[in-house]
Amino acid sequence: MPTVTFRVDGVAHTLDVDVRTTVLDLLREHLGVIAPKKGCDHGQCGSCTVLLDGRRHLTCLALAVSYDGAEVVTAAGLGEGHPDGLHPVADAFLRHDAFQCGYCTPGQVCSAVGMLDELKEGHPSHVTDDLGADVEPDDDELRERMSGNLCRCGAYVNILAAVRERARASDGADA
Amino acid sequence: MRSFEHVRAVDVASAVRAVAGDPEARFLAGGTNLVDHLKLGVARPRLLVDVRGLPLTEVEVADDGSGGTVLRVGANVSNSDLAAHPVVRRELPVVARALLSAASAQIRHQATTAGNLLQRTRCVYFQDVSTPCNKREPGTGCSAIEGYSRYNAILGASPSCVTVHPSDMAVALAAVDASVVTTGPGGERRIPVSELHRLPGDAPERDTVLEHGELITAVELPVSPAAQRSTYYKARDRASYAFALVSVAAGLDLDGDVVRDVRIAWGGVAHKPWRAARAEEALRGQRFTEEAVLAAVDEELGQAETTTGTAFKVPLVRNTTALVLGRLARDEGVER
Repeated sequence: MPTVTFRVDGVAHTLDVDVRTTVLDLLREHLGVIAPKKGCDHGQCGSCTVLLDGRRHLTCLALAVSYDGAEVVTAAGLGEGHPDGLHPVADAFLRHDAFQCGYCTPGQVCSAVGMLDELKEGHPSHVTDDLGADVEPDDDELRERMSGNLCRCGAYVNILAAVRERARASDGADA
Repeated sequence: MRSFEHVRAVDVASAVRAVAGDPEARFLAGGTNLVDHLKLGVARPRLLVDVRGLPLTEVEVADDGSGGTVLRVGANVSNSDLAAHPVVRRELPVVARALLSAASAQIRHQATTAGNLLQRTRCVYFQDVSTPCNKREPGTGCSAIEGYSRYNAILGASPSCVTVHPSDMAVALAAVDASVVTTGPGGERRIPVSELHRLPGDAPERDTVLEHGELITAVELPVSPAAQRSTYYKARDRASYAFALVSVAAGLDLDGDVVRDVRIAWGGVAHKPWRAARAEEALRGQRFTEEAVLAAVDEELGQAETTTGTAFKVPLVRNTTALVLGRLARDEGVER
């Protein structure tokens, strides 16, 4: 079996895995890191989203052997170094009641953190009118940028409220 | 999932040798389509040659040798990095717009430029191994002809296969006369993107003209006045994160109100990005009016063949093309 090394939420792991193992199954089944969730397992729902080498990725469509050596931060690791171990985005989700069952939430939170970074870097989106101008993170922008994360409880209104708060916060605490 | 051997490519030449030498070998890059196919049983390779780590990640602005500018994009540049690149946004907006209309942000970070071109159809029957499909299993028949047809082709289909190519970026690349640079067992060559993908004919299992083991190493995007004044419009069932019903990549270069150059390519209508060459030809040198655009588009759509499930695509692509070109003309100060 191939040997792979991953750094997950600050902890290094080296282990042997079947070549068919996805990063999602590596995290959940081999390392017991269960923050990322298996929803559709086909790249359609976003519940397996983590930050991989700093960017939001779908772990269900990533083979562990292909991403050997990657640094993964899950929703569980995001809070590291923040007051009460709670990342400002996770805190905003709590305060805005941005979930019902919570299954998609770790993926939503990781996705939102990655999305806020992309906004800071000035990445345009499908709904950006002027590709040359600075992006104004209005609700249309935020909805479009979060469209890869589905919520079957339909908590979108409050997810948007949480994400809007962090997108407009100027404290830089979300990076 | 059938098991396979996974090897990490160390350079282009050895990667090409490894795949060319094994009929059951495949290249693996971002994996956003192939890993799903492994799970579904649509792809059952014996060997995966992983090219994700090859340093084909640069976007270079170069001289094309005759005073023009060409953007040379490494095969492994992610869809998100290409869409955010300042030169792409400024000089080739149709490419940025097409990329941004596709998939989700997560997938755009993972998916590569070459992999985007080589993604396979999302036809429900192709992805369901319990149903006949000539593309997946040659000779078994086409389930889509009599089946779910909303996403089927209206141009260039065959009795073997009626599916469409799913890429948005490929449509934009066809419109701007982009080429792919490949390395194969026979050496390096350049292929225009409009000639990379095939019509299905009686061999729908072959999406492209690439040989087995031929690797796309770069994509070249020439900058032109029509590319600088270009955009992409995608009609779909949801506002985001859905494949196109039809899409239009268009570029327009006007001299006053006379069409100096026009580019029209359609997605969601054929087995390949459909460059509407007849419509372009009919418009070049003409005064730009909505009537002229619709007449030119009708000339192209004269070849369309539809069913009750796909008949909506003809007016949709016709009117979308007129809408998009009308907007581009207005941006240049010409009211149809």
